[in-house]
Amino acid sequence: MAEHYSSFDRGGRRWLFQRLTAVFLVGVLAFHFMLLHFVNHAADLTFLGTQARMNRPWYLITMWLFLVTATFHGVNGVYNALVNQGLTGSRKNAVKYLLGIAGILLIVQGTRVSLAMTTLV
Amino acid sequence: MSQSYNRGTVEDFGRWREFTAGMWAWIFHKFTGWVLVGYLFTHIAVLSTAVGVDPASAQAGSDLYTSTISGLESLLIVRFLEVGLLAVAVFHILNGIRLLMVDLGVGLESQDKSFYASLLLTGAIVVASVPTFLGGKLA
Repeated sequence: MAEHYSSFDRGGRRWLFQRLTAVFLVGVLAFHFMLLHFVNHAADLTFLGTQARMNRPWYLITMWLFLVTATFHGVNGVYNALVNQGLTGSRKNAVKYLLGIAGILLIVQGTRVSLAMTTLV
Repeated sequence: MSQSYNRGTVEDFGRWREFTAGMWAWIFHKFTGWVLVGYLFTHIAVLSTAVGVDPASAQAGSDLYTSTISGLESLLIVRFLEVGLLAVAVFHILNGIRLLMVDLGVGLESQDKSFYASLLLTGAIVVASVPTFLGGKLA
């Protein structure tokens, strides 16, 4: 049997949501890279060009879901990696709340940025 | 059915010569994950220059968001960092697909081969992308 290494306990909620967000992120991260580096060169990006893309509802919703799932996937991944390295007790709780707050702040700021890139507000 | 092994002392890098493909995959996935989550926070910070853009300066292309991005893109070091980011993202995606397959019980007997394939494909995609990343206007 081949060896399998993971920072996650299989079957738990954190593991399940990490996998579910991964399925979405695989596609949307590849799309994001393709669109903003190959279809449009990053050096040629302008606010007006970004605004035109973000004013399309499907694109705005996709990018916002990208923000939320990437934040969850990243923060949950860091938390599980630290727990897997032996983080326990009050330090584990402190890290959990610190990462949770950092994630929420990132989503709030990312949402502000997303809306600022549209003509909706 | 797959089986999780006690990873023992993978963190003891002194014994890196004994590491198996599975250990390397785990270490690379974790390293690329740390880089990507760090980049996510940095990315939103840079994109925050879009907040409060003056429409007139946006029309003229002289707004803070446009000038920040074009300023960063004019630096050769940023282009190389972007290639590094692509390498990290592509490996994380390909190895992530491999992990999803493992969790679904697909290809368990060829996990080492699929790890090497992830590395090779990452290398090929990154090398093929270098002209695109280094192209375009520079300072």
